[in-house]
Amino acid sequence: MKKALRFALVAFVRDVKSGELAVLFGALVIAVAALTAVGFFTSRISQAIRAQAGEVLAADLRLDSGRIPAPGYEAEAHARGLAVAHLISFPSVVYAGDASQLATVLGVDGAYPLRGQLKIAAVPYGPAHPVTGIPAPGEAWADSRLLARLALPVGGLLRLGALELRVAAVLDYRPDQGMGFADLAPTVLVNAADLERSVLLGSGSRVTRSLLYAGSTEAVDAYAAWLRARKSAAERLTDASESSEQMKSATERSGRFLNLAALVTVLLAAVAVAMAARRYASRRLDLVALLKSLGASQRFVLGTTVAELALVALCGALAGTALGLLAESGLAWLVRGLFKTSLPPPSLLPAWLGLGTAATMLAGFALPPLLQLRRVPPARVLRHDLEPPPLRWGAPYLAAAAALSALLYVLVGDPRLVGYAVGGLAGSALVLGMAGVALVRVTAAVRGGAGAAWRYGLANVARRGRESVVQIVAFGLSLTVLLLLALVRNDLIDEWQRSLPPGAPNHFLINIPPSDARPLAEFLTARGVAPPVLAPWVRARLVSVNGQPMQGRMPKTDRGRAFAEREQNLSWSEALPPDNRLVEGAWWQHPDPAQPLVSVASEFQDELGLKIGDRLSFDVAGESITATVANVRKVRWDGFRPNFFLLFAPGVLDASTGTFMTSVHLDDAQRPALAELVRRFPSVTVIDVAALLGEVRRIMDRAAIAVEYVFGFTLTAGLAVLFAAIQSTRDERRYESAILRTLGASRRTVLYGVAAEFTALGLLAGVLAASAASVIGWLVATRLFGLHYSFDATVWLGGLLAGALIVGVAGTVATRRVVRSSPMRSLRDV
Amino acid sequence: MQVLESRHVTKEVSSPEGTLTIVADVSFAVERGQSIAIIGPSGSGKSTLLAMLAGLDLPSRGTVLLNGTELTSLDEDGRARLRAGHVGFVFQSFHLVPSLTALENVLLPLELGGVADAQVRAREALARVGLDARRRHYPRQLSGGEQQRVAIARAFVTRPDLLFADEPTGNLDSVTGARVVELLFEFNRELGTTLVLVTHEQSLAKRCQRVLTLDAGRLSSDVVGDA
Repeated sequence: MKKALRFALVAFVRDVKSGELAVLFGALVIAVAALTAVGFFTSRISQAIRAQAGEVLAADLRLDSGRIPAPGYEAEAHARGLAVAHLISFPSVVYAGDASQLATVLGVDGAYPLRGQLKIAAVPYGPAHPVTGIPAPGEAWADSRLLARLALPVGGLLRLGALELRVAAVLDYRPDQGMGFADLAPTVLVNAADLERSVLLGSGSRVTRSLLYAGSTEAVDAYAAWLRARKSAAERLTDASESSEQMKSATERSGRFLNLAALVTVLLAAVAVAMAARRYASRRLDLVALLKSLGASQRFVLGTTVAELALVALCGALAGTALGLLAESGLAWLVRGLFKTSLPPPSLLPAWLGLGTAATMLAGFALPPLLQLRRVPPARVLRHDLEPPPLRWGAPYLAAAAALSALLYVLVGDPRLVGYAVGGLAGSALVLGMAGVALVRVTAAVRGGAGAAWRYGLANVARRGRESVVQIVAFGLSLTVLLLLALVRNDLIDEWQRSLPPGAPNHFLINIPPSDARPLAEFLTARGVAPPVLAPWVRARLVSVNGQPMQGRMPKTDRGRAFAEREQNLSWSEALPPDNRLVEGAWWQHPDPAQPLVSVASEFQDELGLKIGDRLSFDVAGESITATVANVRKVRWDGFRPNFFLLFAPGVLDASTGTFMTSVHLDDAQRPALAELVRRFPSVTVIDVAALLGEVRRIMDRAAIAVEYVFGFTLTAGLAVLFAAIQSTRDERRYESAILRTLGASRRTVLYGVAAEFTALGLLAGVLAASAASVIGWLVATRLFGLHYSFDATVWLGGLLAGALIVGVAGTVATRRVVRSSPMRSLRDV
Repeated sequence: MQVLESRHVTKEVSSPEGTLTIVADVSFAVERGQSIAIIGPSGSGKSTLLAMLAGLDLPSRGTVLLNGTELTSLDEDGRARLRAGHVGFVFQSFHLVPSLTALENVLLPLELGGVADAQVRAREALARVGLDARRRHYPRQLSGGEQQRVAIARAFVTRPDLLFADEPTGNLDSVTGARVVELLFEFNRELGTTLVLVTHEQSLAKRCQRVLTLDAGRLSSDVVGDA
């Protein structure tokens, strides 16, 4: 074995020097570099995005409790290096002279907010600016709604119990104002020190005390796990990802885009590795036969092959990881300044994954053809046509694909996405293969009518048969990815960004009494606002599922408990609302009010473990309503339109005293009208989501840039496949061109023939790739991202052009040297 | 003493037209130190017979004894071990490893056999064929004749009992070919190596002590010459 290792080392150095390993090594380095760069980057980006998402919570993690949280919580957080802020909130009536209004009082300490910034304005609904710090003791920042209701100017005095506070500014925005409709009352922000002095926090008051935490992802995650194991059921823990449906939806999608790019890159690189290994193995046939004729045993051949491959894996992984790190820092530089916080350092996991991937790829895709070398008949030294028995590649390749899928699952943690990518690639390869066989047959039939070069080129496509099909599959796959990147990617990203157009709603108006519905619509349209679409809105509590009270089936997660315990927003609709996609069951047609039906959002279904046909009973303002689950919807929450976890069929909630809600877009010039709106429609509550909308849009823009960059690697992997496919028939072409030139063909004729062959292959692959790209684009858009997708004829045009140009030109250029080398030398080297 | 014996060796292959007999019932024995030529027209089965004699391929029927060992009784690794210890090869197309220098090519069988003073012996062998000065050259930097001389050095460096040469001058001009043939016979005389040559060159065959003629896979004549 020592002998084999030594020989492998020498052979490795020689093969590297002679360029024999170039394609295999190159494909491997691209795979590892892409994987580690994407891995390093996504881990850092997702941490940064998470930090940004934390703004919705004003922290990375938040604990809400009806009592004073145990002092150990804070001590532990400090010990783990987390920043901690305190927040006290409770409802209270505030007074200004004779006017009074129920408000949510928020007492904060100097550390608040841990994420994001407060914004204040000089006048209600006036232009706002970010501010650091909190109200000084004796002062308060009240929101526009409160000041409008109380008709109190900035500088006026506000009474809060025994406290008298001067309104120093208008509170325009606080990061955690959220979207939860929980804080329906207007807000006043005060210094916590004032509250501790007042009697407002005495027993009997409905005070929520919150601890806000921020720190590194690892520290926050570890602390969250620690706290989750200790906190009481009454204490609610929320992390940034579950703080807002809109933000969650946006971050999930951006992560999915990045992961998809990484997946496709690695899978394509695996194809390139497999193709390069095939050629490498076929080029070693003679060497192995010679070694055997000189007395080498099968074990020796096996030992040297495995050892050399291990060296390739190690060096490829090291070089790839180094390149990946370098590329990642380029990426970090590219998105510099886009994040408010500096990017956290990358974790080491991607480096290990890189090594694992290199080993898996080589073991799975390169080892089987190389192992086959053991079986090269030694008599090949005398008869060149003798080859090892054909490789049964099915089982080893399937095993390798499974191992690679497992690795990718570790990387992205999304089995559905991995399934789509692996299945998509395998399916595309299969379809491309079948279509390739058909096209090669057609080519054989039509070649008669073409000119000399074309005839030779097309004849070659037909004659090479299996090799041509393999090349068509490889070219087709790389062209599919190129087309997806060039055309469909833009459509997808545009479509995603279009889902949040400049005029997306930035204010929610809720609690609209039926009597106010029409006057409010007129009020808004008179001020140039688009006519609002009003959705009925009822608050209700879920009481039982299939007759079993909720107390008996309390979900384990905080979110699930919130669904089970808190009042839910219900609505009804005749048609499936836009932004909603049916995932289970059927939408109702002419429902019978006597058989009440309800539609649930997939989040609600998951948390409560519901299924179609379950009977849900609600307490709607003291009245009990039971409805059967008719279907499940996937809701796109980042559309900023009124959407509901629970939607009833029309007629069911008619008897309930409901109100309406709507969302509208108000530009800066229209915003001052809100002061008048609040005065004219006192029962209507206005919720400003402009800041949240801005954050979601920022995440989208940032993710779009990151995705573009990461797709650069996918492009490189696609080109690697292309290159490996061109290389796969290089030796054969070299021999053929030598023969043709020996027979008197000019260099030009041979080169034209090669160009014709590659162009024909490129055109065939281009047509197939365009079809594949269209179908994949549609699937990805509709199934994975829930976006609309329209078919585009330019994809076909692009496919034909890219096929003819990229494959034709690249193939010809890459083979040019082969054609140029002297026929004598080519023949001697064979 | 017999170093090689072929007993009723037959090779059949299946083809679309049915079973094809490449070599049919060939029997002969070769004495140690003898030089024999196997001649015959193209397609007469010379190279196939050579492959079976050297244990590179197995006969469909019959047996081959190399140094008294029956090749058909050994597995592929066993035959490889036997070759490593007792057999050398020279091929028509040289079969040098393109990524190895001349010296490294000669070292190859010594390394495979785990010989201790491999470097010294390889340089000696290269010097013996007059190519020590070009030991660092790669095959593509050598002429055809030089490549074949490297191949001869590689074949003799292990001091084999038997040397099989398949059309050793087939790719060379007559002057270079003569030089290569000279080298083969020098080694044959000096080391007592048995020489089995496959050739279609009458002049080369005549230099051998014995000439076997194959015709359509059958041994049509076995002539002991005066060489």
